[in-house]
This record gives sequence, C-alpha cells and structure tokens, in this order.
Amino acid sequence: MLNRYPLWKNLAIMLIVFFGALYALPNIYGEDYAVQISATRGGEITTQTLDQVERTLRQNNIEPRGLSMADGQILVRLDSDDDQLAARELLVDELGLQYIVALNLAPAMPKWLAAIGGDPLKLGLDLRGGVHFLMEVDMEEALRKMNEQMVTTVRDRLIEERIRYRGVAEDGNDIVIQLRSPEDFQSAVSTLRNEYAGYEMRTEAGTQTIRLAMTEQNLQEIRANAIDQNITILRNRVDELGVAEPLIQRQGQDRIVVELPGVQDTARAKEILGATATLEFRFVDTENSLQDALQGRVPFGSRLFDQRGGGKQLLENRIILTGDHIVNAQSGFDENGRPQVNITLDSAGGRMMSLATRDRIGDPMATVFIEFIATGETLEDGRLDFQRVEEVVNVATIQARLGSGFRITGIGSVQDAQNLSLILRAGALIAPIQIVEERTVGPSLGAENVRAGMTAILAGFVLVLIFMGIYYRKFGLVANLALLTNLVMIVGIMSLIPGATLTMPGMAGILLTVGMAVDANVIIFERIREELKEGRSPQQAIARGYENAFSTIADANITTLITALILFAVGTGSIKGFAVTLAIGIVTSMFTAILGTRAVINLTWGRNKRLTELSI
Amino acid sequence: MFFEITKVDENNPIRFMNYRKLTTWLSIIVAVLSITILSVNKLNWGLDFTGGTLIEVGFSQPANLSELREVLEANEFGDAVVQNYGTQRDVLVRVPPRDEAGSESIGDQLLRLLQSEVDPDMVMRRVEFVGPQVGEELAEAGGLALIVAMICILVYVSFRFEWRLALSAVVGLFQDVLMVLGLFALFQFSVDLTILAALLAVIGYSLNDSIVVADRIRENFRKFRKEDPVSVIDISLSQTLSRTLVTSLTTIMVLVTLLLFGGQMIEGFAIAMLVGVIVGTYSSIFTRSTLVLALGISREDLMPPEVEKEGADQDPVL
Repeated sequence: MLNRYPLWKNLAIMLIVFFGALYALPNIYGEDYAVQISATRGGEITTQTLDQVERTLRQNNIEPRGLSMADGQILVRLDSDDDQLAARELLVDELGLQYIVALNLAPAMPKWLAAIGGDPLKLGLDLRGGVHFLMEVDMEEALRKMNEQMVTTVRDRLIEERIRYRGVAEDGNDIVIQLRSPEDFQSAVSTLRNEYAGYEMRTEAGTQTIRLAMTEQNLQEIRANAIDQNITILRNRVDELGVAEPLIQRQGQDRIVVELPGVQDTARAKEILGATATLEFRFVDTENSLQDALQGRVPFGSRLFDQRGGGKQLLENRIILTGDHIVNAQSGFDENGRPQVNITLDSAGGRMMSLATRDRIGDPMATVFIEFIATGETLEDGRLDFQRVEEVVNVATIQARLGSGFRITGIGSVQDAQNLSLILRAGALIAPIQIVEERTVGPSLGAENVRAGMTAILAGFVLVLIFMGIYYRKFGLVANLALLTNLVMIVGIMSLIPGATLTMPGMAGILLTVGMAVDANVIIFERIREELKEGRSPQQAIARGYENAFSTIADANITTLITALILFAVGTGSIKGFAVTLAIGIVTSMFTAILGTRAVINLTWGRNKRLTELSI
Repeated sequence: MFFEITKVDENNPIRFMNYRKLTTWLSIIVAVLSITILSVNKLNWGLDFTGGTLIEVGFSQPANLSELREVLEANEFGDAVVQNYGTQRDVLVRVPPRDEAGSESIGDQLLRLLQSEVDPDMVMRRVEFVGPQVGEELAEAGGLALIVAMICILVYVSFRFEWRLALSAVVGLFQDVLMVLGLFALFQFSVDLTILAALLAVIGYSLNDSIVVADRIRENFRKFRKEDPVSVIDISLSQTLSRTLVTSLTTIMVLVTLLLFGGQMIEGFAIAMLVGVIVGTYSSIFTRSTLVLALGISREDLMPPEVEKEGADQDPVL
C-alpha cells in the first residue's frame, strides 16, 4: 500500500498556504512615520492642498519620503519621529482649522501588496498605546427633561384653549391631565387628540382624566436620538484631537465606545471630548449691504459671520433663540418630495420664536453653529484654552410666523438635510454623558508589551521545535514545519480580517495555540507508533494513524472552539482579541497539523514501496 | 526504536485505577481545602470587577513607597493601595471606587499629584478606570461565561459520547477551575478579566485531554470484550499516557516562557493556565476515570447503536 494525495489536494493545500503567507507578508516591512491630513468644517482636500503641504515642508527642510492623496486624505511619509512631530506642527499652523493633521504610522509595504488588499496586523490599544473610553448616556436625565418639556407644552396648550384643569403631571414617561369638569374634559379630549406624535391618548370619563402615554416607538426614538446626538458631537471633538484612526461606536442600549490610538494625555482628551457645542438663530441684516461690511464698514448692531464652505454673512447681533430650546430636529420631505428639516422647540422657545418672527415674515433667518475648539494653549490654572468658532450653517426665508414646531425647506439635497438636522441636534439640549470606563496605555508600556510578547512567542516556539525534533525525529521536523506554517497563517488571516486586532492576551493566545497545535500531531504520531508496535507495515501505520486520530482531534478542537466563541461573546477589548486568535489558531492548526503534515509525509515517504522503518 | 516517555502499552498497562481510592481522597481533601481558602481568604478581585481607578507609573529613580503613601494620604487618597510592579521604579496605585461625581478624573488627579510632588520626570504607563456599574456587569458576564461554557460542553460531549463521560468530564473541569481559584485565593493574586480568559482556556485544554481519553475508552470497550471496565480504563489511560504527557509538556513549556518573558500584565494569566494545565492533566487521568467507573459505565453503554432494519420488529406476514 502507498500513501498518496491526489494532485488537486496537494495543489489546494499549497494554494491555501501560499495565500496565508502572502497576506502575512505586509508585516515584515514595518511602518513609516506619517502625518495624515483630512478635511473638516467645509475644508476640502485638493491637489492644491497637496502642493501647499509639499511647499511648506520643503521650505522648512523636511524632505518627505512619500506624499500621496487618496480617499480625501493626504498621507505624508517621513523619515523619523522628529520629522513627524515637526511636520505636524508646521502643517497645523499652515492649514488652519479646516483641516485635521494627525500623527500616524503608515505601512511601508510595496504597492503591489496594498493593491491586493494586503495590510499589516492591527495592534490593539494595549500594544500601540492609546485611550479607550466607555461612555454612558444618561437616559434618565434625557427622558426627565423631555417629560418636563411635555408637561409645559400641554399646560400651555390648555391655557391657550381656555380649558380649566386641576393638574398636569408626569407619571413615569406618561403625562396625566386632570380636568375640572366634564365639559373641560370633552374639549380637552378633542383638543389633544392626535396633537402629539409619539403619544397615545387614553381617557377616563369618570375621573375626567386624560393620560398621554408615550409609545414604545417614541421611547426607542428618544434613546436612539440621544445616542446619535452624542456620537455626532464626539466625532467632531475627536477630529479636533487629531487622531489618525479613531473608533466611535454605539455599544448596547445607552453606551458609546471611543478608542483613540496614540493619545496619551487623557486629561486633555477628556476636556476636549467634553467641550460643548451650541446653536443660535439670528436674523440676516438685510438693511445694510454685505459688500460694505466686507470692506470694513460693519454697521452698528450687526456683525460678520463665516459661512460654512466659504463666504461671509452679515447677521444682526440680536439672538432670536439659542440651541438649548431645541427639543428635536428631523430631516424629512415636504409635500413636493423635497428635502426639509423639521424642528421642534420647547414651549418657551416656541413663544420666543413666535414673538420674534411676528413682524419679520419674508426676512431671511440664519442658523449659526458654535463650537469651542482647543487652541493647544494652556491657561494659567492648567486648563485648556478654548476658542469660540462660529459658523453659519443655513440661511432660510421665514414664510410664516413660527411657533414651537417649524421647518426649514429649500435644502439642496437629502444629504444636506440630514447634515443640518444632525448639526441642529448636536447644538440642542444634550443628553448628559459620563465616562464609565477608561483604559489608557502609555507608549512605553505598549512597546514593552510588544517586545515581551514577541520574546515569549519566539522562545516558546523554539523550545517546542527542539522538543518535537528530538522526540519524533524526522516526523517531528514535519510537525515543526506545520507549526511554522500555522504561525504564518494565523498572522496572515489576522491581517486579512478587518476587525481582528492583535492584543497582549491575543499574543498569549498565539503562543498557546503553538503549544496546543502540536497536540494534533502528537495524537497522530502516537497512533502511528501504536500501529507499528502492533506489527503493521509503515505505510499502513501512517494511513491508520491519521484515520483513527481524526475524530479525536476534531472533537477535542470543537470543544475548544466552543469556549473561544463564548469568550468572544462576553469578552471586551483585549479579551476578544484572545478569543479571536485562539479560534483562528484552532482552525489553522487543524489544517496544518492534519492535512499539511499528511501531504508532506505522503510526498516524502508515501511513495516508497520498500519502506521498512519510520523515523518517528 | 522510539524515544519514549513511557514504556507502557495494553499488554503491560499501569494499574491507575488501583489507586483510585487514594486519588479520590486526595481530590476531595484538596477541593475542601480550596473551598475553605476561598471562603476564608476570599479572592482578590481585580479592578475589572470591583471598579475603581488604577495607575501604573514609571519613576526615574527607584521609588520610595512609604514616601508615596504619605503624599497620597496628605491629598485625600488615604485609601490608595501602593505597590511595586515588576521593577523597583514601576509603581502601581489603586484607589477603590468612589461615589461622588467626577470619579473618572481620579486617574488624572493622581498623575498630576505624583508628577508635581514626587517626580517631574515620571512616565505614565497605564491608567484604568472602571465605574462600579461596569465592574458589576463584567463580573456577571464572566460568571455567566463560565457556566454557559460548561453547559455547552456538557451538551456537546453527551451528544458525541455518553452522559456518564460528559458528566465526569464536566466534574473534572469544575475541579480544575476550583483548584486555580483556590490557589489564587491562597496567594491573593489579583483576579481580573485575563484570569477569566485563562480559566476558559484551561477548560478548553483540560477538555481536550478528557476527550482523547474518553475516545480511547469507548474504542477499547468495543475492542477488548473480555476485560472488565477497570482494566479497559487502565489500558486506555496507559495507551494515551504518552500523548497526555507530551502535550502537557509542550504546553507547560510555552506557558513557562510566557511567565518568564511575557511581562507583568500577562503574569496572572500564565500562572492560572500553568496551574490549570497541571491540575487538568491530573484530573483527566484520575478524577474523570474514577467517576466514570463510579457512575457504572459498561460495555453496552458505549456500543454503537444497532441499526434497526425496517420491519424487523414485525412478524413476517407469511
């Protein structure tokens, strides 16, 4: 009997190993120091920006190693970290607030590897250094404000309609209205019916009570809005921090994860993340000419404002309303299917708006977004200096006297409408947010972790290789080859999967799979030895050894896979990294230890008809 | 000739089960000890589960811990725990969770304090803050993970083998986890999320062992029809012994390198796994086999189900 794999099987194995190795390749080229430039607040990355960047650097004797523009970003590669820091400072000064200049590391692999989607392993925060925040949106507070709002609105409505009530109060998220007489009850029912979206009316004629119950859908919407609003604000803030690859995403019902690789000054990060944004509605000054104002003759009682995307606007000093009166802003469509934004104000805001717009129908009204941006300077008391930046984000003509609900129409595109509603919400009354978890790793510890992890992996690996070589002789060498391939394939697959990051426990996971991957080969080789002892021929022993060992190996690995999956489900951050490497390692080790070694053994010994002894 | 760890085979098996009374008592005594230590000493729960703030800093000089404590005490951090971490210059400061608002900035306060009053050249290495709510959730999720893992495994092994083998496998896992936790309580090592990961990895590893053995037990019950269950188990254990030892050895090798070179953050993980692998090897040889015998396993339980022929249970028509 002979042991041979059909040609297709050998080719398939070689192909899989080849691809594993190919995608592991980007990791050996290392990384360049880089500065990454992207646009914000209406800025735009063009070839002119690229020229500007190059000129600035050349003028200051910084020779970039590479300069490229892709996906609306400019990437400047530099020779050293000194150059990198210097370049960043120069470019921040040169480009101004409309651009984000972030420090980054760019993979130094050749172009063809990038072209086939190659990417080096992504390191977790515990290895590259950085901050991980878990933030919680205070939903209770958001709802409390919402309900307070609603009580005032309902009360005002009843007063307006001269309906006498005993009381309007919140009960959980519901609003309960007690009327004075059956007549009042009747008119209240007809007034309030279908008046408020998101509430269901339940009446009780006997006690003259009306209950406006918040619908589940509305509750979900309020929650989602509170989260979205905070994510939007956090995005803007993070842009300001100049972080190359930030991660901001919702986690569970009311939490947001923020990961900022490379950031170490957490105090500063927290201050910037916590900075507020606000919003103002102002009338456009139509009495005076914008041209005159641009030439320096700004009339008394008005002021020039920057417009987002370029240009200026002359606005009145008087503020109609500030953003904290905005309850909600939603993009949608008007009767003709054109994009619009619906805005809901609280009742006080509604009154102010109504008073202000009474005599100004036909006049343009501007929406001004105000952010506080860190200048990079520190004040005497150690706090950061914030600069107030104001921008006109929209100008619309007032069509009618406005109240607590109005809309902005005439918006160019659906995208613009969505952006405007986002900005309106970002400047609105904010659901408060709180940091519930923080994990910061300094750059020195990160680098140390990488070093320690690599040393441990290499040392453990070499020990196992030596042991297997001695104990199983030539078959041991085959197992070693499989082990090496396994390591390459774990790295290749981890590099290929976009979400997989290598963490410190992940490195432990790799080392552990090295220790455990040999198990499959140990089981097989022990079986072959047993078969030999029972007097079978070497070729038969090989075949039966693999055959008998297979189900055992499969069972053992599936149970380990189960634990890895559970770990992935409950773990956070670095523990997830461990679960991912463990799971990938199990799958690749099954492949290399069973199919891989068999292919090599078949090719080496399987064709020999007169094989009398095995080096096992 | 092979280079072998053991010279045993089916004709000359080690009579492991002769010692089963002894090992059962040993297991029971150690288990009782572990539980006693756990209830007296309690586990030293890490920041992940208790909540609070932890900072790790690197000083430019070897740190004077008592001076540090004085500085902290003078600034309302009297409840802080200060200890060296790895080297003389690296210090870990841990502050229990506080109720008042702004507790997320305690880490920053500590850093500023140490920088201004102790060492301006100090380097921040790590800051961790876990809110009490998050800590509780992590603990809950962790406990749940262990239980769910054991149940999933129980189901899978019952499905693949037989309930006696499955139950004894899970009891063995329980023993492994208990030993590791007992040891952690005894030495007051900190139990954090990485320890949880290690426990789950131990479960996976130890199960690996028991499945290999269980597989062989099943095979041998079918093969050696004349032997009694005790001998079958002894033979199975002897046949798999060298595999058990070789795999344990390679795993222990990599764990020792991890312990030696992997750095402080992974130390607890390496210790937990190392203990777990050693106990796991013991439990897969003794605890589980003893239990399988005690549960009364017999050849019939492990025979492949007979394929029923259609109509075989009916009287022939003619």
